[in-house]
Amino acid sequence: MNSVEETRRVEINMGPQHPSTHGVGRFILTLNGEIIEDVKPVCGYLHRGLEKLAENMTYQQFMPIVDRLDYVASMNNDLAYCLAVEKLLGMEVPERAEYIRVIVAELGRIASHLIWLGTMALDIGALTPFFYTFRDRETIYDMFEEICGARLMYNYVRIGGVAKDITPKFMEMLKHFLDTFPRLMKETDGLLTKNRIWMRRTKDVGVISYDDAINWGLSGPSLRGSGVNWDLRKNRPYGIYPSLEFDVPYFPEGDVYARYLVRLEEINQSVRILRQCVEKIPAGEYMNPESPFVRPMKKPKEGIALKDFVLQIRGVKMPVGEIYFGAENPKGELGFYIVSDGAGKPYRMKIRTPSFVHVFALPKIVKGGLVADIVSVISSLDFVFGEVDR
Amino acid sequence: MGVENVVITEKLDKLISWGRRWSFWPLTCGLACCAIEMMAASAARFDFARFGSEVFRPSPRHADVFIVAGTLTKKMAPVVRKLYDQMPHPKWVVAMGSCAETGGVFDTYSVVQGVDTVIPVDVYVPGCAPTPEALQYAWIKLQDKLRKEGSLKA
Repeated sequence: MNSVEETRRVEINMGPQHPSTHGVGRFILTLNGEIIEDVKPVCGYLHRGLEKLAENMTYQQFMPIVDRLDYVASMNNDLAYCLAVEKLLGMEVPERAEYIRVIVAELGRIASHLIWLGTMALDIGALTPFFYTFRDRETIYDMFEEICGARLMYNYVRIGGVAKDITPKFMEMLKHFLDTFPRLMKETDGLLTKNRIWMRRTKDVGVISYDDAINWGLSGPSLRGSGVNWDLRKNRPYGIYPSLEFDVPYFPEGDVYARYLVRLEEINQSVRILRQCVEKIPAGEYMNPESPFVRPMKKPKEGIALKDFVLQIRGVKMPVGEIYFGAENPKGELGFYIVSDGAGKPYRMKIRTPSFVHVFALPKIVKGGLVADIVSVISSLDFVFGEVDR
Repeated sequence: MGVENVVITEKLDKLISWGRRWSFWPLTCGLACCAIEMMAASAARFDFARFGSEVFRPSPRHADVFIVAGTLTKKMAPVVRKLYDQMPHPKWVVAMGSCAETGGVFDTYSVVQGVDTVIPVDVYVPGCAPTPEALQYAWIKLQDKLRKEGSLKA
């Protein structure tokens, strides 16, 4: 009997080149017929050594690299990193800059959730939402291109504020976006949410309970899909989030469908936040003028030029200390743990990424499930391998 | 080989290259950030179908263009080489983005400094990340290459 059992087990290698692993993920599945007995995630196929790279770069130089962490939501990465460095410096940010930051971060959240929705539908077998969501994503790209000139890697949020002020054209585009987008989103919603095939593929699939979700360290929408009411924007507020009204959606089921609903509702809440920001945004500075990272706009005199040169090479002297700052990113909690020894470069920078945690919670979630469901579970956890491997 | 045969193969090459030019089938192998722009290129606004290339194939055996989109790490390099070897002839490679060209900003212990150290590259697309327009320009360059060189001799 035992030997028959043995022969039925099959090991299947999924990835690193697989269209539904969202990058270069590799999973070694042990199957008993159709049932998944074990999953071993293998990471490191996109390990670029970012943490080591940070030790040899000044805080300002590391900014563009942060964009490449979770490349689907670069703005949010920038924001998290800047907030961490500002916490170390104890620096204030002008109010207008805070509003601009929230606007770009929430747009980034919508863009990230749109790409998640499109690719998840693609993985499960629905091709149409992919085109719908990318159409809306292009509108957001256009707005970002207007303010910073880049489509994917923005480097827009800077230490002490933002790189440039937003333009009137941007505000017009944003208002137009807020008018049209909810209606367009309803199209996608109508295609999927009550769709019988969609519900059969996602309901009661990949269930993780309330306690397990906390114990396995999930964060963001994946945590809220298990009924945990935890959002860093509410629970450990930063920036101007306390002055804005928004709800934190959470659903107790803990399955793929619940995580889908959480993200869909988050898009609506982001639109709500954006509407408030458009109304409230004050005039003023977009960058803290006392930030040591700001270079003088005038042509410097000779002595100052040398000082400027030294500043560029050695970096701005930072206070000695250790800080951790976690921000609510579209994927979950992105945290930066910075150890500073007073030099212009971090002594050590640990990046706590949500995707890394989610990948290693995958075995817990899919064990005992069907092999066809692993694709939808992977999509619902929404990880990006730039973040997993760093 | 007589003169007539040469003429026939020349004409045949032109015809086949014309066909191949407008039906490149790329391999779905997004390595990093550039994969998002590759997806954007295939989506509604940029519409890769105009070039006959909307069929992204998950299997290397069905594909004839390999878009290396993103950072190639030392751990991933053997996999990319294997994928390239599994593709049937004729095949072309597009190195998309700074990382695939030279390693880009990631001058670290784990990153391959240019994908051309592992597989031969036909077209390089600069940018970090290149826009979908840039990728489509690379497509035009690849079509030019086929028009000039043909595809039977390769």
